[in-house]
Amino acid sequence: MTRDGRLLRGVVLVAVGLGLIAPITLGLWQTARAAFGILPALGRDTLSLDPWRDLALLPGFATSLRLTLVTGVGSTLLSVLMATGFCAAVHARMTPAAGARLLTPFLAIPHAAMAVGLAFVLAPSGWIARALAPLAGWDRPPELATVNDGWGFALLVGLMVKEVPFLLLVILSALGQIPVARHMAAGRALGYGRGIVWIKIIMPQVWPLIRLPVWVVLAYALSVVDMAIILGPSNPPTLAVAVTRWFTNPDPAMILPASAGAILQAVIVAAGVALLIGAEAAMRRAGRWWLRRGGRGLSAEPGLRAASAAVMVLMGLGALAMLSLVVWSVAWRWSFPQILPESWSLRPWGGAHDGWMRALANTGLLAGATVAVSLALAIAWLEGEDRARRTRAPWAEALIYLPLLVPQIGFLFGLNVAFLHIGISSGMAAVIWAQVVFVFPYVMIALSDPWRALDPRMIHAAAALGAGPGRRLWAVKLPILLRPILTAAAVGVAVSVAQYLPTLFMGAGRVATLTTEAVTLSSGSDRRVTGVYATLQAALPFAAYLAAFAIPAILHRNRRDLTGAPAHEP
Amino acid sequence: MSLDLEALCIHAADGTALFAPLTLHVPAGSVVTVMGPSGVGKSTLLDSIGGHLAHGFRLSGKVRLNRRDVTDLPAETRRIGLMFQDALLFPHLSVGDNLAFGLPPALRGRAARRAAVDAALDQAGLTGLHDRDPATLSGGQRARAALMRTLLADPAALLLDEPFSKLDAALRGDMRRFTFDHVRARAIPTLLVTHDPDDAALGGTVVALTGHPTA
Repeated sequence: MTRDGRLLRGVVLVAVGLGLIAPITLGLWQTARAAFGILPALGRDTLSLDPWRDLALLPGFATSLRLTLVTGVGSTLLSVLMATGFCAAVHARMTPAAGARLLTPFLAIPHAAMAVGLAFVLAPSGWIARALAPLAGWDRPPELATVNDGWGFALLVGLMVKEVPFLLLVILSALGQIPVARHMAAGRALGYGRGIVWIKIIMPQVWPLIRLPVWVVLAYALSVVDMAIILGPSNPPTLAVAVTRWFTNPDPAMILPASAGAILQAVIVAAGVALLIGAEAAMRRAGRWWLRRGGRGLSAEPGLRAASAAVMVLMGLGALAMLSLVVWSVAWRWSFPQILPESWSLRPWGGAHDGWMRALANTGLLAGATVAVSLALAIAWLEGEDRARRTRAPWAEALIYLPLLVPQIGFLFGLNVAFLHIGISSGMAAVIWAQVVFVFPYVMIALSDPWRALDPRMIHAAAALGAGPGRRLWAVKLPILLRPILTAAAVGVAVSVAQYLPTLFMGAGRVATLTTEAVTLSSGSDRRVTGVYATLQAALPFAAYLAAFAIPAILHRNRRDLTGAPAHEP
Repeated sequence: MSLDLEALCIHAADGTALFAPLTLHVPAGSVVTVMGPSGVGKSTLLDSIGGHLAHGFRLSGKVRLNRRDVTDLPAETRRIGLMFQDALLFPHLSVGDNLAFGLPPALRGRAARRAAVDAALDQAGLTGLHDRDPATLSGGQRARAALMRTLLADPAALLLDEPFSKLDAALRGDMRRFTFDHVRARAIPTLLVTHDPDDAALGGTVVALTGHPTA
């Protein structure tokens, strides 16, 4: 390893360690202390289990716990099954590029905006009810709780609308690394049906490649706050929402049981991941037994077809939801059974002008700053690996995924306490820092594969022509990787815009973004203003993805090898 | 000019040697061919000479260029050119800018640098293709452009890693002659690894690379 490479790797490791991992550890530690009764700011300094007893006695605690488990585990399992079935059915007919284009809007739109849109579609006065009204003879919205329902059904659907496209993307990219067509031909030649080959041969190869993303989806679904506020049951809500409410309760003594709830949330996620690991081991044993029996009679086709149909319905719902945001933001008079507004107006935009301009500016500033920091860190990390001529160690990969697996509510309060303790006041800088903790992992994951797909001999050729490490980076790697770098930046923008809890906690309510405003407004009555904020919230990531597509297309318009796939095939 | 390997040997991470220690003298303007079965470490040998060895491999012995020990120098200061079976032109640069990438910084002035690139394009039969996208060239044109890019960097030695194996049979002979003519004219010591006996036939000395007895 060159001295240069060692220095760069050292700097990156210190930055990631102190900037990202230390805050999580510190925050978890402070939260855990409060969960066991130690919070010096309130004059509590004796170890006790009282917060846990108080937590268990809080009204609705048991229901909250049940709701969290049902919506979190249920949405994840259903999403994995549907996404797998859909890929099995359409994989041969869809190119990865076409798949990515189809999925991009669903991935780009923040959870909160999608939730607002789904509420518009699913509500008793929403599009679905309006479409059914002439058939059912309704002249006023039916008295059905279709959103914020006590079962958490709307939340389950909302999570699936966002998770299924993410899993589809992950599975499609994993399939790109497997000779699917040849294995399919080999399996079918041995007398296995298409669906059975998929289950017995393809999925066992896919799972190791998608295991971590599935864990991330599960952790997210179990601890989501913004989408659960908008779509989930309100009284009692899911555990993560309940804990957030207790943390922001005017009575500071509530912080203690809230901290216990936050630690419980982290334990639930850990148990959920442990459950997946256990299920994987059990499936492996059962699967081997099933494989060795060699049965060929079973047909999986009906299941695959059902999964594909369910995915199409979810995607249709999601598309309607996105459309409804824009329609509501320019609607004026829109009484019940009408499918479209009776009059249109830009007044919702003009009336809330000051509010959304400020929120848009804050959101843009946060996205710009967090993406710049995350991208610089990710490129420094990857370049450090190149200069050391090393591949990534498993512990380093775990370090990247850690922030995505620890529930935000578990450490954000403690981190806030720790920040105040060392004199970092809550505000813009603290929010930027907290957001980078979550933006960096996604940027890193998005950039790693294309970076490593760059033919190392191309870089050797540059070195042999006398180009030093700096020139190899700036004049060869970065220009060739322009498209994946901008795509990673767009992913970062989408993640930053979607952040709710870090903004709420680290900004102490003083940093208003499109997301915090949209979540606050969603419980109000004026759908037009909510539509304005949610439309802007979705528009920002869309613009970033559009730029990631358009800029390389313009700059590299005369470079055929850079207009198609980002990776250069050796 | 000359390239010398002295008891050069590469050890994998577990300490096993890839091949028996290699001692080799490549005089100026001659082509020494290293042949060996696939997987014996021919490309890794070239990586070690050029300074591109991946982490985990350890090098013993010496690489000398004009009798100077370059074993511990970084790749970009060794002045050892490298050619692969793929041309590996930089896809974001025009053909001319690819050639200019290798020009030494000591050659100053926009006009002088452009003239040097144009002269090289002429020699390679690529006149007028300065602004073309490398992806639009034919295989033979790309191979000649890559050779010119390497030669413009004024290398003190040249390493060729099966450079003709992806060209079709008719082109292969032309490209081989074209390359060897340039190497001789510029008196560059050249090391070629290949498993194509025809490559060896046109060159000078042939050395067989064999797996290490303990491997």
